[in-house]
Amino acid sequence: MTEPQVSPTLRRDSVVLGAAVGLVGVTFGVLATTADLSMVKAMAMSLLVFTGASQFAAVGVISSGGSPVSAVGGALLLAARNSLYGMRLSERLAPFGWKRVPGAHFVIDETTAMSVAQPDETSAVEAFWWTGAALFFFWNLGTAAGVLIGDAIGDPNVWGLDAAFPASFVALLGPHVSTAPGRVAGIAGAAIAIGAVPFTPAGAPILLAALAIVPTLLLFRNTEPAT
Amino acid sequence: MTWTAILVLAAGAYGFKLAGVLVGNRVANPALRRSISLIPPALFCALIALQTFETDNTLVLDARAAGLVVALAATWRKVPFVGVIVLAMIATALTRLAGG
Repeated sequence: MTEPQVSPTLRRDSVVLGAAVGLVGVTFGVLATTADLSMVKAMAMSLLVFTGASQFAAVGVISSGGSPVSAVGGALLLAARNSLYGMRLSERLAPFGWKRVPGAHFVIDETTAMSVAQPDETSAVEAFWWTGAALFFFWNLGTAAGVLIGDAIGDPNVWGLDAAFPASFVALLGPHVSTAPGRVAGIAGAAIAIGAVPFTPAGAPILLAALAIVPTLLLFRNTEPAT
Repeated sequence: MTWTAILVLAAGAYGFKLAGVLVGNRVANPALRRSISLIPPALFCALIALQTFETDNTLVLDARAAGLVVALAATWRKVPFVGVIVLAMIATALTRLAGG
């Protein structure tokens, strides 16, 4: 798998991203204990759901006294964006045949960010599997640690853990906004999401942000697509 | 969180992922393909904005904004990946400690 064009820092960056996300996993484990989830249930969520924002949303609803139906509904709304990521990644995963079926479990924000950012196909595929495996390992390790030490550390955000996710995406953003359409889509996406927060239920703003492609396509309809 | 809720969520989340992967490469329409390629920048910028300025479906300005500013500055100064994350966490933790 080590073709020469694969950047030597790619695997290291995948592991670093995984470790950073593991810290967020600690936060999830702590939150799960405050919502009275058992170790087995918290681990089942991180192993089987494996999409952070949805897990936080579901447990958040439960801990604030909401019903399981509203918890699952909001979480699924957040999970829907992984379909869009899956479509973006599908061509790169197509050569893997049946391995796409288990591999789809890894289709989340971080694997899409790392894979799509790569300059060539080999690196893109390598980035997907490495980031996916590293995240799966550290996310679950972090969740277990959070459940075990939950009572001891209190509020994990005292340590600034809630800054880890947005900061990692700022660091990953460069290649995605290197073209003018990418920048316009990014700005429009952020504006739509923020604008939608006061008027829509939790989970809707991130999906509505996908509408940013409409003004972007209109603005750049006469220019050649840069893929 | 009941077992039923966990398993329904797990099945639904995986279903979304798999559907995208299996359907995406059958999309041949160039305009649609281009739309799909614009999804990541739109959603990543939205995620950064929401994870920084949103809590419980309300817009807030708190210590996370300091982390965002530091992350942007560190990325602009070409600080390595792990440094960007650590500096942003420190900035947020210190701002929170100072009562921000």
